[in-house]
Amino acid sequence: MSAVFAVEFAFWQSTIFKLLLAFVAVLIPAGGTVYMYLFKMVSFMQSRLGPMEAGPYGSMQLLAEVGKWAQKEDIVPTNADRRVFVAAPYVVLISTFLLVLVVPFGPDAMFVNFDTGIFFALGVSSVSVIGILMAGWASASKYSLIGGLRAAGQLIAYELPLVLAVVGVVVQAGTLNMQGIVRAQIDGEIFGFGGLGNPYFFTQFIGLFIFLVAVQAELAQSPFDMPIAESELVSGYMTEYSGFRFLLFFIGEFATANIFAFLAATLFLGGWGIPPFIADLMFEAGHDHWAFNLIGPAVMLTKMLLITFVIYWVRFTYPRFREDQLQTFAWKFLIPLALVNIAVTGVLKVVF
Amino acid sequence: MSDFLREYLLVLLFGLLAVGVVGGFVGLASLLRPDRPTPAKLENYESGVDPTGSVWSQSQIRYYIFALLFVMFDVEAVFIFPWATRLEAFGFFGLIEMVIFIFILALGLAYAWRKGVLRWV
Repeated sequence: MSAVFAVEFAFWQSTIFKLLLAFVAVLIPAGGTVYMYLFKMVSFMQSRLGPMEAGPYGSMQLLAEVGKWAQKEDIVPTNADRRVFVAAPYVVLISTFLLVLVVPFGPDAMFVNFDTGIFFALGVSSVSVIGILMAGWASASKYSLIGGLRAAGQLIAYELPLVLAVVGVVVQAGTLNMQGIVRAQIDGEIFGFGGLGNPYFFTQFIGLFIFLVAVQAELAQSPFDMPIAESELVSGYMTEYSGFRFLLFFIGEFATANIFAFLAATLFLGGWGIPPFIADLMFEAGHDHWAFNLIGPAVMLTKMLLITFVIYWVRFTYPRFREDQLQTFAWKFLIPLALVNIAVTGVLKVVF
Repeated sequence: MSDFLREYLLVLLFGLLAVGVVGGFVGLASLLRPDRPTPAKLENYESGVDPTGSVWSQSQIRYYIFALLFVMFDVEAVFIFPWATRLEAFGFFGLIEMVIFIFILALGLAYAWRKGVLRWV
């Protein structure tokens, strides 16, 4: 950040700045995609208008919803394990906020530059399983328990394809550092032609496919929405939650969807980079120019919207899997495919 | 404090930010929301009828074998990552080593498959 403002910030100053930005980076895109995709796009797909009353084209609908949820009574069932019940949304949101920590938005515009960035992201993303299991267990409701257990079974089954799909990218980039992965894609060449860089969806399209399927399952979006399955389990592990606690699960789900889309954009679509020949035309320094700290977030947002579009498109197109089909799909198709992908990537990396 | 630890201090602070966001939202909403609990309202939801049986009922966890399998595979995935970052330095030696490793991994999966562990029980 210092390159933009040409002043050095103290640690506490930059930290407060980062915390404010994290708040924005998690909640604003979540609200935006919920309105754009969940309210509007889906309505158009289903030949209806969606929200039209609150604000122009219903654009203030989300604020109205938040206002509505804020007025709902906060109910904790008498039978529930109160402390665990209350703690569960915290755990889910902690996972979300830690996930955004490693996403790079520009050459300097990132919260933390861990050497093992993607590894950290994969680690904290699975923390939310604990929160969901806590919610399902502590509610002391049969629906919640079944939902929570389904969620746990599903999330661990799809954690593996997620991790293994990332290995292909790590092999190609030769680093676990998120910034390094972006740089490797910008500096990459396709058969000696560097004008487009080498965004890994060209070479890792199988990895991208596995990653997106696994993300869909990790987020419990349809066709993998058995943990919530409103026609079978009312609302799964969220059944007993009301008011703002319920909304926080909701926010966690969609914010995490965006951050996974950010991660997918970083790993497969070239992150905050644009095709290098355009960057070289714009600035002499190319991608090292400080302006990319401002262009980068916009580029990331564009790529994120592209990927979340696919997530919601799939969500509202395919019917729900059966529980055994879900496990079979992960263990008998995605994991072997991911292992083959790693082996082929390794061979090609060494040969070329 | 070293830069390394400072980066992880930020992890802690982001965790606290999440706690603050949740606590803040729920706290702010408490200014708006009514609070009129009745015994019926605080009962567990069971499609609108009175709940039957104990709520802390037992349930068969069908996929605990999957969980065991997952633990093994996840640990092995951790071994793959350091190799993946250093593949260029290891060259053919590292490649052949890892192909053997992945083969053994796949063999384990094939064994579990053959044994019917991956079938829904």
